[in-house]
Amino acid sequence: MSLASMTTVVEPATEVAVTAQPAHWSRYLRPVLGFILPVTLAVGWELAVRYGYSNGRLVPPPSVIFRTFVELAETGELQQHAFITLWRVFAGFALGVSAGTILGALTGYSGLTHRLVDPTLQALRSIPSIAWVPLFLLWFGIFETSKVTLIAVGVFFPVYLGVMGAVLSVDRKIVEVGRAFRLSGFAMVRRILLPAVLPTYVISLRAGLGLGWMFVVAAEFLGASQGLGYLLVDGQQLGKPAQIVAAIVAFAILGKITDTLLAVVTTPFLRWEDRFARG
Amino acid sequence: MLTIDRVGKTYPNGVRALDGISLDVGPGEIVVVVGGSGCGKSTLLRAVAGLDIASQGRVGLDGDTITAPHEKIGIIFQEPRLLPWLTVADNVGFGLEHLPKTQRRERVAAALDRVGLADKAGAWPRELSGGQAQRVAIARALVPQPQVLLLDEPFSALDAFTRADLQDHLLDLWADTKPTLIMVTHDVEEAIVLADRILVMRPRPGRIYEEIIDDLPRPRDRQSAAFDFVKRRVLAALDRSLDRAVSVDERTEKAEAGAHSWW
Ligand SMILES: Nc1ncnc2c1ncn2[C@@H]1O[C@H](COP(=O)(O)OP(=O)(O)O)[C@@H](O)[C@H]1O
Ligand SMILES: [Mg+2]
Repeated sequence: MSLASMTTVVEPATEVAVTAQPAHWSRYLRPVLGFILPVTLAVGWELAVRYGYSNGRLVPPPSVIFRTFVELAETGELQQHAFITLWRVFAGFALGVSAGTILGALTGYSGLTHRLVDPTLQALRSIPSIAWVPLFLLWFGIFETSKVTLIAVGVFFPVYLGVMGAVLSVDRKIVEVGRAFRLSGFAMVRRILLPAVLPTYVISLRAGLGLGWMFVVAAEFLGASQGLGYLLVDGQQLGKPAQIVAAIVAFAILGKITDTLLAVVTTPFLRWEDRFARG
Repeated sequence: MLTIDRVGKTYPNGVRALDGISLDVGPGEIVVVVGGSGCGKSTLLRAVAGLDIASQGRVGLDGDTITAPHEKIGIIFQEPRLLPWLTVADNVGFGLEHLPKTQRRERVAAALDRVGLADKAGAWPRELSGGQAQRVAIARALVPQPQVLLLDEPFSALDAFTRADLQDHLLDLWADTKPTLIMVTHDVEEAIVLADRILVMRPRPGRIYEEIIDDLPRPRDRQSAAFDFVKRRVLAALDRSLDRAVSVDERTEKAEAGAHSWW
């Protein structure tokens, strides 16, 4: 009895002292905390170059990078390179996702296909994908086909593994509901399996997209005359570090935009999820 | 008429879950199956549902042999098993895909109204309580108007109040179309409240051990002496089914304790 009355007395007091204050704090300041380090470094470097402590040739200060970025954009060069890179990622992504989805669904759904195909794919997966480059160049030439193929290979594996794992782990009890309603074959896939794997699928799509961006850089390092990756190589060969950093910034922006787009487009399909962290 | 004729089931691992089960259940009859854990109750329901195929014997419904899920047989599991990506209304309408949209919507709305969840039509399954979710599952199974409805411990995960409420509710819904009900439970009172006939099963291999006719007048009063009498009979049969030898004069006292420990 006395214990119960004690806690009721004590609780409000601690709440005011401990929780109220940081709640006020965090709302405005916590997001800002993350910016302190990069902004300090950037401003520090800018000042260091401006006051002559460093010439900033190898590590250009933020103002120079920004100027290079704007110059590249004004001539339309940046957009052109970005566009070609985007196109490559898109084509490779589409191919890799299609193949990964179909093969992942088949190996997840059918035990026979799994035993037939999965060991080979797992063996191929253990090859670092960049190792394929010379072969792709021989087979497909130095133009778009070899680049798109390399990107597709990079996208394929996370999508394949994600879809296969998701199909394999669909709750047997839910599948049984489908069976009780006499679903089979395509109807079972459309009405039960597909929606059940959707959350995992979206995650593997995003992982695949990330790898797509990684592999487009690799592909464009190897004999491209266009693309953001070419800007990187070109910047290195002509000794223009600002151009390199500007291209990196462009990669970061595009990568973030495409990932966010994928997330936004898929969110309406996942509203039903009972997630630990929502919103 | 649902006919179960000398049905046996041996699982691939060698477990003989059922042996020589024969049972005829007439239209509109309510049969409740009780018995110790692992005595094949779920196996029996799954064979009738066509989710598993019996190793011996035959399950028939009006001349059809059941070897796969049948459109006239519905099943409700221990868990609601709602599809989390469908709203409550779409879950209820899951088995009505073949109907035109307007008709489907009418049937679903009527069913949701009938289980008292009309206001939850647009909700996601995750937003329901356990009892509400199980009511949606009942609506989903009933909306295609099955001739036979199978229920495998449908209320066992719910608290006592919700359970009693849903038992009444189930009888209400049953009265609409009077399907044949076969229900498994480990709650003896639930069995007596609902059943026309109570089957006590016995394990290894699963057989029907005893049949108790429950012809108490409906609605049934759990407090009545007649109810208590049937309850003692069922508990005694359960005790016997588990080879728990109990002397005749001890049985009455043990019955109460047995109610909590036999399953
Ligand atoms: N899929 C299965 N594979 C092998 N054995 C099973 C399987 N399902 C149930 N059994 C066994 O069959 C027996 C009956 O199980 P079950 O029908 O689930 O019993 P109950 O529902 O009465 O508790 C048990 O001994 C159980 O271990
Ligand atoms: Mg069971």
